Amino acid sequence: MQFMLLFSRQGKLRLQKWYVPLSDKEKKKITRELVQTVLARKPKMCSFLEWRDLKIVYKRYASLYFCCAIEDQDNELITLEIIHRYVELLDKYFGSVCELDIIFNFEKAYFILDEFLLGGEAQETSKKNVLKAIEQADLLQEVRRLCFLKAFRGQKHFAEQYS
Amino acid sequence: MSDVVEKTLTALPGLFDSQTGAAKITNRLRQLIKSITELTSKHEEENLIKQELSAMKEQVSSPNTTMKQMREIMVRAMYCEMLGYDASFTYIHAIKLAQQGGLLEKRVGYLAVSLFLNEGHELLLLLVNTVLKDLQSTNLIEACMALTVVAQVFPKDMIPAVLPLVEDKLSHPKEIIRRKAVLALYKFYLIAPNQVQHIHAKFRKALCDKDPGVMTSSLHIYLQLIRESPDSYKDMTGSFVTILKQVVGGKLPLDFNYHSVPAPWLQIQLLRILSLLGKEDQSTSELMYEVLDESLRRAEMNHNITYAILYECVKAVYTIHPKAELLEKAARCIGNFVLSPKINLKYLGLKALTYVVQHDAKLALQHQMTIIECLDHSDFTIKRETLELLFRITNAQNVTVIVEKMLDFLRICNDEHTIIHLVGKVAELAEKFAPDNSWFIQTMNDVFSIGGDLLQQDVPNNFLRLLAEGSESKEEDDQLRLYAVDSYLTVLKGHTSHLPQCFLQVMSWVLGEYAHLQESVDQREVIRLLTQLLDQRSVSSETRVWILSALTKISEGQTDLILDLAESLSSSQDTVLRQQAQELRHLSQDSQLHEWALPRGAPWDGIEVDSSLSFLDGFVSEALAAGAAPYKPPHQRQEELCEDRALNLEPYGFSLPVSLSSCSITDRQSPTLLSVSSGLSGNSTELSQKAGSSTLILEGVKRVWGKDGYLPQKEATAPPVDEPSAAVQPPSQQEAAERIEPRPDPSTQNQDKQQLASSLFVGLGVGSSMSLLGKSEAPPLRFRKKPRPHESSSSSSGTSERSSDSSSRSSRNTTDSFLYSSLLEEEPAASISAFDHTPKSTTANGLAQNKDTKEDRRANTSQILGGDMVIVRPSTIQDKHPPSVSSDLTALLPADLKDLPHSDVISLTSDPSLSLSSCRLFRDEALLLVIFISNCTETVIKDVAVQLTCEELKTVSLRGSVGSVHSLSLGHCPQQTSSVRPLVVTTEEYGKLWLSLSHDVKQNLKLLTDAGDPLRTTLNALKDALQLHVVDIIGSEGIVACRLLSGAPCLLHCRVNGTALAMWLRSPHPALPDCILYHCQRALAHH
Repeated sequence: MQFMLLFSRQGKLRLQKWYVPLSDKEKKKITRELVQTVLARKPKMCSFLEWRDLKIVYKRYASLYFCCAIEDQDNELITLEIIHRYVELLDKYFGSVCELDIIFNFEKAYFILDEFLLGGEAQETSKKNVLKAIEQADLLQEVRRLCFLKAFRGQKHFAEQYS
Repeated sequence: MSDVVEKTLTALPGLFDSQTGAAKITNRLRQLIKSITELTSKHEEENLIKQELSAMKEQVSSPNTTMKQMREIMVRAMYCEMLGYDASFTYIHAIKLAQQGGLLEKRVGYLAVSLFLNEGHELLLLLVNTVLKDLQSTNLIEACMALTVVAQVFPKDMIPAVLPLVEDKLSHPKEIIRRKAVLALYKFYLIAPNQVQHIHAKFRKALCDKDPGVMTSSLHIYLQLIRESPDSYKDMTGSFVTILKQVVGGKLPLDFNYHSVPAPWLQIQLLRILSLLGKEDQSTSELMYEVLDESLRRAEMNHNITYAILYECVKAVYTIHPKAELLEKAARCIGNFVLSPKINLKYLGLKALTYVVQHDAKLALQHQMTIIECLDHSDFTIKRETLELLFRITNAQNVTVIVEKMLDFLRICNDEHTIIHLVGKVAELAEKFAPDNSWFIQTMNDVFSIGGDLLQQDVPNNFLRLLAEGSESKEEDDQLRLYAVDSYLTVLKGHTSHLPQCFLQVMSWVLGEYAHLQESVDQREVIRLLTQLLDQRSVSSETRVWILSALTKISEGQTDLILDLAESLSSSQDTVLRQQAQELRHLSQDSQLHEWALPRGAPWDGIEVDSSLSFLDGFVSEALAAGAAPYKPPHQRQEELCEDRALNLEPYGFSLPVSLSSCSITDRQSPTLLSVSSGLSGNSTELSQKAGSSTLILEGVKRVWGKDGYLPQKEATAPPVDEPSAAVQPPSQQEAAERIEPRPDPSTQNQDKQQLASSLFVGLGVGSSMSLLGKSEAPPLRFRKKPRPHESSSSSSGTSERSSDSSSRSSRNTTDSFLYSSLLEEEPAASISAFDHTPKSTTANGLAQNKDTKEDRRANTSQILGGDMVIVRPSTIQDKHPPSVSSDLTALLPADLKDLPHSDVISLTSDPSLSLSSCRLFRDEALLLVIFISNCTETVIKDVAVQLTCEELKTVSLRGSVGSVHSLSLGHCPQQTSSVRPLVVTTEEYGKLWLSLSHDVKQNLKLLTDAGDPLRTTLNALKDALQLHVVDIIGSEGIVACRLLSGAPCLLHCRVNGTALAMWLRSPHPALPDCILYHCQRALAHH
């Protein structure tokens, strides 16, 4: 995979991941062109399109477009399923994910993507394993938070629980 | 109790995130995002971000900023960058964050680094130490983060520093670390293959890792390695096959299932590897047949993911050494793709077809109707893929249609890449298969005007080379050249301002070389047209040089015009033009020099290239003797320039190209440097211009045009779609019977599509092809004309003894026109027949017969067959029969048709002299309509001219000699059920097929209850009436299958429902279920 873009129906970029080295200018140009092309397509059209010498595979989930660029010899359908699996992962992590989750927690969406795809190749296809890895990294965060929590608000909260 | 606590604890972070102080971290970002969404204009957004960035800049440079704040800033910076604003001042801080922060900060820092910095960014060097430290960390998460960043961005020259550490990780106890290490090594392999060569053995270990994730990751490396040198990894085929077997067999943990398909990513990776290994290697291929078969079989579920695997399987099957059984199955799979109503699958089906038609062009025939639908598809992607497919099946017969389709597409296309790509293909096809000169030149004109200056340089180069080189026959070459000249003169007389430069260059070259061939055109006119171009502003200076070269070549004898021109150009700003004008003037004044420099019509290979410029030796030595500086090659001059920095001599460098281009005045070739190798046609031609050279360099250049393109023109002069010509029968062959190979599936397809199909798919393989269901059938006759009736065959039917009394008799010319309507159309097919009885003077060839002419009409609804093809079949002449009794007529059937099931002979019509009857014969793939024409009189009919016209098929007709018209109407039409054939499938095949079909109809029918088992009775009755195949009867359910000749299948599922028979029909064809249902109803009602 060469890159992955997430953008909204309004054409706002929500996530971008480039697996090939490109200059910022090129990235911007590609993004602009692709967003335009993909948004112009009708819903019944097929999810693939040839663009320059690449294949674009895209899919729309609610208000968000997921769009991947692959090489010609790559399998379009499996790329579509990669997108789907990524959505599943986001969904599982955020709990019925919506565009806002990704806007406000885009760094988390990146973390998940990095656990799922590495260097443009599927790294781990087991949903459980990906989420486990993310949770482990998150856990540190939570352990700290918990200490913090206990110190300040935890008491009250617990009190509420057991009163 | 503890459960409750635990639950509460896990629920807390979420609560916390949105409520408490720690959420401040994200608060700033939230604010930013919110305020951006509230803005209305782009300008406001720019201002806001500007403010934000400057605030951030201040913050990052302040020493008091904590790591936590820094983390928050970094997240905002990432957001700004995503919006397209430059936050490069934070890059260094991202590295710092990764270096100094705690785990959380580190994570964000690494993420920011991987998003901000490209491979090769100099700041990455600062990251190396951090990565090294983290790789050595005992903290799992730190090591993971380091590996992740290494696998994404890492400077190439720093790989050796981390390589040993990453290598060590291959034996780490945690699988996640091993997995990431493998992928990091894969990345290293991609950017610096030499550096990881020594660890190939470790890759093997990773392949055998007990964790499927690690094993999957290692396949990325293997795929790459095997792609580069398949031979070195043949020994591993067995291992890959075993792995795939286990995966397909469901031996992996359920975690790896995706929509209940075991590890699809892994499967696809393995299939790719196997196809690379098995390519052109029979023994290796044999190892994988079994597992491929298994994969094809297992992937049954109707989900995208199984189709993804199937697609890869099909590709593998067609890539490796072929095995008939597998090919058959794979072909069936492609059918499922192509016929699928889901557009994504259809696209993939087309792609698969494009891939496999290279191996088996016939497969395209099966799907021709789908292909034609796709050609008119509203989706650009589908259209383009279809053209790609058509490109692969182009041959000399269908080239005109396909090229026309491509050009149509190009005219509405505005994507540069597509245009370049497709125009190159059109040019390639035109060169390879052009049927004649005018078509070729016209097509190339289109190519040049559509492709314009986007064209790859090799397209015009190849074209000019073709014209220049020619073929064996000079006459033909000159004809082509002449045609080109004519065509270009016409173009130039019109509006020229919009023409692309490349087209102008081609035209001027051709006119320069070959305008003299056209004697009817005044050379002055040519000069005038070319000169006109020079005046146009839109013409580039490069093109001007081409034009001047052309003018130089044709200037002979037109001194006055040329002198004017040279005069006007001698003050040009462009030094190259000025120089050319000078040379032009010289040459036009000295005809001897002109003749010597530009010999007209000299053979190309006769021209010698003196690349050493030895003819200048005398001049050079003279100049040296006179004190000139010796020549220094450009690089030497460059070096000296570098040494001598005191003076900037740049502008002088310009003199070099000028002197080079000046040579082009005497040049018979393009004045530009042409050396683009052709990627499309595969023959790379290097037309490089050397200083002083005066010809194309033609050694070693393949002559494509001569061999298989232009030369076969003689054969190709027959029209590519030749049914109309076949239709005309000379009068001496009136007894010819005709067999028509008519339209596929007439009920829905319209006429245009049929014609298009026949013209697109002509010339593709004839032999047996696999049907949708993979059964090989009798080879569909396609575009095959049986020999017309020969004299010998007719006289063999004992005509000579009758010749005596024939001479005085008048013969009859019968013209039978017959509106043929579609077999399955619901509206009654009206058939009209006209008999023309014409007295005709006898010819002396001794043909006098009492004739029964048979006409076979093969109605074929197969999608495979082109719509309107005529097959003329020698008639079997039976003499001495004045039959009027229909029942006898079947005895007259030709031997090869006698055994076929047939209907009763029905008398169609008659008049006092002739009677016409018909009989339907059911062949597997066709319905044959036999028409008997019998003489009712005692007199001998000498000639019967039969004209069969079919209004709907337009082109189908068989004409005999013309005479006065006497018409009889024909009241019968073939019954609709005639084209239904039993479809023999097993229950499993039925099940599979059932799922793939899209159109279904359900209805309750009458159940025949008069005898024994009502279901069986009913089904048998239907079977007898409609020629269905009863696949299986289980309890109260029965499955039945049939198809429309060799075309669309229709599956019937019947269930006894009280006193009714619930019938459920499915077919890929939208109208077929209704139709079959109707006939079932009728058959049962009549029972």
